[in-house]
Amino acid sequence: MIDLFLTVVWPALKIVLTILAVIVPLILGVAYMTLAERKVIAAAQFRHGPNVVGPFGVLQPWADALKLMFKEVILPAGANKVVFFLAPMLTFALAMLAWAVMPITENFAIADINLGLLYLFAISSLGVYGIIMSGWASNSKYPFLGALRSAAQMVSYEVSMGLIIITVVITVGAGGFNLGNIVEAQRDLWFAVIHFPMFVVFFISALAETNRAPFDLPEGESELVAGYFLEYSSMQFALFFLGEYANILLMSAMTVTLFLGGYLSPVEVWFLGDVWMQPIWFMLKTSFIAFVFLWVRATVPRYRYDQLMRLGWKVFLPLSLFWVVLTSGIIVGFGL
Amino acid sequence: MAEVQIKPLTLNFGPQHPAAHGVLRMVLEMDGEIVERADPHVGLLHRGTEKLIEHKTYLQALPYFDRLDYVSPMCQEHGFALAVEKLLGIEAPTRGQYIRVLFSEITRILNHLLNTGAFIMDVGATTPMLWTFEQRDKLLEFYERVSGARFHAAYFRPGGVHQDMPKGLDSDIAAFCDQFEAAIGDIETLATNNRIFRQRTVDIGVVSAEQAMALGFTGPMLRGSNVAWDLRKSQPYEVYDELDFDVVVGRNGDCFDRYVLRIEEMKQSVKIIRQCLDMMPGGEVLNEDHKFTPPRRSDMKQSMESLIHHFKLYTEGVKVPEGEVYASVEAPKGEFGVFLVSDGSSKPYKCKIRAPGFAHLAAMDELSKGHQLADTVAILGSMDIVFGEVDR
Repeated sequence: MIDLFLTVVWPALKIVLTILAVIVPLILGVAYMTLAERKVIAAAQFRHGPNVVGPFGVLQPWADALKLMFKEVILPAGANKVVFFLAPMLTFALAMLAWAVMPITENFAIADINLGLLYLFAISSLGVYGIIMSGWASNSKYPFLGALRSAAQMVSYEVSMGLIIITVVITVGAGGFNLGNIVEAQRDLWFAVIHFPMFVVFFISALAETNRAPFDLPEGESELVAGYFLEYSSMQFALFFLGEYANILLMSAMTVTLFLGGYLSPVEVWFLGDVWMQPIWFMLKTSFIAFVFLWVRATVPRYRYDQLMRLGWKVFLPLSLFWVVLTSGIIVGFGL
Repeated sequence: MAEVQIKPLTLNFGPQHPAAHGVLRMVLEMDGEIVERADPHVGLLHRGTEKLIEHKTYLQALPYFDRLDYVSPMCQEHGFALAVEKLLGIEAPTRGQYIRVLFSEITRILNHLLNTGAFIMDVGATTPMLWTFEQRDKLLEFYERVSGARFHAAYFRPGGVHQDMPKGLDSDIAAFCDQFEAAIGDIETLATNNRIFRQRTVDIGVVSAEQAMALGFTGPMLRGSNVAWDLRKSQPYEVYDELDFDVVVGRNGDCFDRYVLRIEEMKQSVKIIRQCLDMMPGGEVLNEDHKFTPPRRSDMKQSMESLIHHFKLYTEGVKVPEGEVYASVEAPKGEFGVFLVSDGSSKPYKCKIRAPGFAHLAAMDELSKGHQLADTVAILGSMDIVFGEVDR
C-alpha cells in the first residue's frame, strides 16, 4: 500500500502540485492584470479607475468574473457550433500551456526540457488558431476581418521574433535552447545590454504578437468594433480575455527570461541574491514589463494594417537578420 | 476558363458602431481592406426640426437650435437670433454682442475639443479624449453659470442674450484661458508629434481647394484645403470686426491639416475670448425695445405696460414683419445658416437650416475611395460630423 503510494500516487500528486504552484499565481496574476490595466490607464487619463468594489477596487476582478459567469451564452445564428466553442478554450489553454517551461527559480520549472525555447515559440505560434477559428466560426463580417488581420500580423512578427531568439541562442552557446541555461548565461551581463536593439525589437514584436496597442488592429475598436471576439459573451468571452492577458504576462516573462536575466537578482548583496528571492525578482521584472505594455496602450495611436506589415517586414526583419549575422560573426571571428 | 466576378465585401458600418459618431449608417463596399465605395445613409436622427419650428413662436423655436449640433449649441442659437433680428430690424446692445462673441468662441473651443479628442480616439489613442473632456467640463461650467444649463442653454435670444453674466465669471474665464494653452500642449505632445499619429493622418482624405469649394465645404474642412474663408472675417457680424484674430488655414487638405487647424483655431479663440473680456463695455445685454424683448422681471411688478408686454410676448409671441431673410454664422463646423420666411404672424412660415455637416458627410464617398477601412474612420473623424445637425 505504502509502496503504491510512493511509486504512483505521490509522483502524480507532486506533478499536480507543481503545476498548481505555477497556474494558481498565474491565474491570479491574470485576474489582477485586468485591474492593473484599468488602474494604470486611469492614472494616465487623470481618473481613479475602479475603486468601489473592495478597498481600492481590489475585488473588482472577482465582481467581473461573477458577472461574466452569470451572463447568457449566445450562439450566433450562422455560427459553426463546435469551432465557435472550441476557439476560446484553445486560446486559453495555449496561454496556460506555455508556462510549463518557464524557469521561476534556478531549480524550478514545471518541465525543464532542453528545447524549452522552441516549445515556447511553438505554443505561442499556435495562438493564432484560436483567433482564426473564432473569426471564421462566428460567421460575421467584423470578426472575420479581425481574424484575418490578426493572422497576418502574428505570422509576420513571429518571423523577426524567431531571428531574435536565434541571436540569443547563439550568444548562449551550447544548450542555448534551454531557458534555464539562457538565464544562467546572463549572470554577468544581461542580454538587454549586449543586444539592446534586439531587446527593443523583441518587446515591440511582443506587443504585436499579443495584439496590444499600437498593434491592436485585430480588435481595433474604432474600426472593427471588437474584432474577432465580437460575437462572444459570457465565459467564452472571459476565456478570450483571460487568454489575452495570460499571453501578455507570458510575453513579459519571455522578455524577462531572454533579456533581463530572468529570476536573477540585479544586485548580489545581502539576501537579495538568495534562491528564495528569485521568484520575487521574476515576478517584479515581469510586472514591470507588463506595466510597460499598459503604459504603451495609454499613450499611442493605432497603426494601420499596411503600416504594421511594413514595419514588420521592412524594418524589423532586416534589422534582426542583420543582428543575427553580426552576433554570429563576432562570436566566430573572435572565437568567443 | 470562365471569368470569375469577385463580389466586393459589403460592410454595414453602423448605425451601431463605436466610430460612427452617433447614428451614421455607412454601407461600405470593400475589396479586402480597401474601400471601393462608401455610401452614407442619413436620416436616422431626423426629428423634423424645421417643420416643428413652423408651429412655434420665434422664442419657442430657439431651443430647437441647441439640439441640432449638440456639441456647439450657442452658435446655432446665434444663427437663429441673427436671422430674427434681421427681420425685426433690431440689434443687440454692445455688451450683449460681446457676450455673444465670447460665448461663441467658448462654444468653438467646446466643439473643437470634442472633435480633436474623438479624432485622436478614432485613430486609436484613448488618453487625449479624456484630457479634452476635462477642459470641456470647465467650459460647460461657464455655460451653466451663465444660462443655467450645461448643454441646451437657450441663452442667445433675438435682441441680445437672456441675462447678464454673473459676477466673477469673467475672471474665471480669464483663469481658464491662462491654463488652457498648457492643456492643449499636453494633448499635442501625445498626438501631433507622434509618428504613428502622423502616419495615420498625413495624406489621408486629401481635398484640394477646388474640390472643397465644389463640394460645398465650409469651416475647417474648407480652410484645411488652404482657402482662407471665414465668415467672421469675410462678412463680420456682431463685434468680430473690432477683434484681432487670424484665420488659420491648412496646406494640404488632409486629415492632419484639419486636426492641426482645429488646435490652432482653439488658440485663436482663446485670443478672442481674452480680447472680449478686456474690451467688454458695461450696460444692457438685451435690446430695450420691449415690443420685441421681454421686460425685466422687477419692472413687471411695478409697471402695467411691462406686464402687458410680458403677457403678449409669452402668449402670442413677437409679430415679425413679412419678409425673407438669410443669416449665417461661422459655427465651429462651418457656415451655419438660417433662412427664415415670415408671413407677418408670430410664427415663422418656413425655416430652412443650412447645416455644414450635411455637405461634409455627402463627400464621404469622394474622400474615402481607395483608402483603407481604418482611414475611413479617420476621415469621418476629421469631418466633425454630428448627426443632430445633419439629420435635423
